Amino acid sequence: MSGPSSYNPQTGIEKWIDARLPLPRLMYDSFVSYPVPRNLNYTYTFGGILSVMLIAQILTGVVLAMHYTANAEMAFASTEHIMRNVNYGWLLRYMHGVGGSMFFLAVYIHLFRGLYYGSYKDPREILWILGVIIFLLMMATAFMGYVLPWGQMSFWAATVITSLFSAIPLIGDSVVTWLWGGFAVDDPTLNRFFSLHYLLPFMIFGVVVLHVWALHMTGQTNPTGVEVKSGQDTVPFTPYATIKDTFAMVVFFVVFAYFVFYQPNYLGHPDNYIEADPLVTPAHIVPEWYFLPYYAILRAVPSKLGGVVLMFGSILVLFLLPWLDTSKVKSAVYRPLYRQFFWILVAVCIVLGWLGSKPPEGGYVWAARFATAWYFFHFLILLPLLGLFETPTPRPASITESVLGEDGDTHPDAGAETQPAGAAASPQSKG
Amino acid sequence: MADTIAQPAHTGPDGEPTRRDFLLIATGAFGAIGVAALAWPFIHQMNPDASARALASTEVDVSSIEPGQSIKVFWRGKPVFIRYRTEKEVTEARAVSLEELKDTAARNANLGDNADASDANRAVAGREEWIIMVGVCTHFGCIPLGEQGDFGGWFCPCHGSHYDTAGRIRIGPAPENLAIPVFAFLDESTLRIG
Ligand code: HEM
Ligand code: FES
Repeated sequence: MSGPSSYNPQTGIEKWIDARLPLPRLMYDSFVSYPVPRNLNYTYTFGGILSVMLIAQILTGVVLAMHYTANAEMAFASTEHIMRNVNYGWLLRYMHGVGGSMFFLAVYIHLFRGLYYGSYKDPREILWILGVIIFLLMMATAFMGYVLPWGQMSFWAATVITSLFSAIPLIGDSVVTWLWGGFAVDDPTLNRFFSLHYLLPFMIFGVVVLHVWALHMTGQTNPTGVEVKSGQDTVPFTPYATIKDTFAMVVFFVVFAYFVFYQPNYLGHPDNYIEADPLVTPAHIVPEWYFLPYYAILRAVPSKLGGVVLMFGSILVLFLLPWLDTSKVKSAVYRPLYRQFFWILVAVCIVLGWLGSKPPEGGYVWAARFATAWYFFHFLILLPLLGLFETPTPRPASITESVLGEDGDTHPDAGAETQPAGAAASPQSKG
Repeated sequence: MADTIAQPAHTGPDGEPTRRDFLLIATGAFGAIGVAALAWPFIHQMNPDASARALASTEVDVSSIEPGQSIKVFWRGKPVFIRYRTEKEVTEARAVSLEELKDTAARNANLGDNADASDANRAVAGREEWIIMVGVCTHFGCIPLGEQGDFGGWFCPCHGSHYDTAGRIRIGPAPENLAIPVFAFLDESTLRIG
């Protein structure tokens, strides 16, 4: 798919560099001439958005770290210092805090895009698994970041989440003490969380590089799920994908900016503006919105170990997904049953999120049990069986055919009106 | 080209391991032990340090606590509940048979592991109205609220665990009774925890 390099250095300096460290060539081949399917829709822009969000989090984070103090006595006050005294501190902190939420919004869309179009299937298993690893690292990063302001929610989230490990048989309690560096969440815990919160984003960056590398080996999927067959099926990354991604980013950043400037605390919890108090647990502990579905699963199970196992299992099952889904047809567009179950799964996840924000009583608990059961049923039973019994609808012979209609190849003019760019720019030389 | 150079033989003439095999395995084994030995300081540094371990005990004056009152003291970064129970609470706690309990172990660090969760094994020996417990829910570590819940003992708001007046888990996701720390009365009014 990547094909031979089409980078052609013109000036002397470009040739000089190319003979020594062909980084410009790598960039050119990966982000300029790189062929992408001509029929990608806007759900395919979230990878680019995620990359920009990672950079944004690193930039705002590094400058916040210049003013933040990772000490249990001072952390809360230093966060307030950022908000009140540091020049533009309020903006940087809100960008970072809201940025975390936007990052998760983007990753969830990206992930469900993958589920809908079968992005995890042969030959993209490693690409998918790297994505799940990034997702796990993001969750660890966001959790530890949330602890840093050392408010009530920070402290009690840290306590509850680290205590999850006490469910491990035999060694659980020692593991928790080791994580805490003491006999409760305290200063040593805060310090190590800060150290790791600084480190993990750079590890994420490394895995993102691998993720993109794997992507460029296999090429992107596309809404038809039919692999690229000829140069006609693709357009060069620049300008087509570049401009589409940029447009999507602008729209995404408008939403981001709305929250930063008008609702900066909407996605947070007011109790986190109360300093951490190890003697008082808030009446109603809730995690950040992006963790609510897992929290609902955790509480749905009446056994401590069972809850923890299912909660982690709900993500680990994603690692197995390429082998659980037995259907050879990638895109849900041509899978009438899977398509419906996909939307049911989306609904179940949203309902789980809502239940995670409710107190664990009566009907809520039963609803969470049902939704949890459905979640696992979907992945472990439905997907393997569906591939065997479902009759897919006919797929187009090629991407070009799906875009231009069946006679697209023989009469290129017929489709020229709807897709002038694609038709004119098909890099016939590549493929 | 490669096949013109003789490969070092990995087995001797009669299939015996050679000196080279020995060197390879010995080097690998030393390397692995070295890496493991070096990893330990990196892991162990995260365990409680000397200053955290030094705070292991605390002394409290309990002379002013009246029946029906309780206090929370801070020990090793967590609260310890000291409660002077009312007569009614003690009667209720004693009336519970072991079969009704979710966790039948005393969880009392002052007694052996085999002690059962009878009220006598949970309360302070010699001061049966008193109960001293680490105020940390055995589920995920929240702090239960006193004199609440279905059993008039403690109730954990986080995920709904109900403890009775002897701090035993009765309903909810918590697996164990509230832990009883090591303690001793140094005199009538001074309690040492830890
Ligand atoms: C994957 C990228 C990252 C995510 C998802 C993330 C997430 C978060 C979150 C959710 C908070 C809590 C914000 C609040 O409650 O207001 C936070 C705080 C913080 N983060 Fe990050 N972060 C990331 C990267 C970084 C990096 C690279 C650094 C520094 C080098 C950093 C430094 C900080 C600091 C100093 C705080 C405490 C100040 C505050 O609460 O705003 N973060 N982070
Ligand atoms: S922490 Fe007490 S019930 Fe979960």
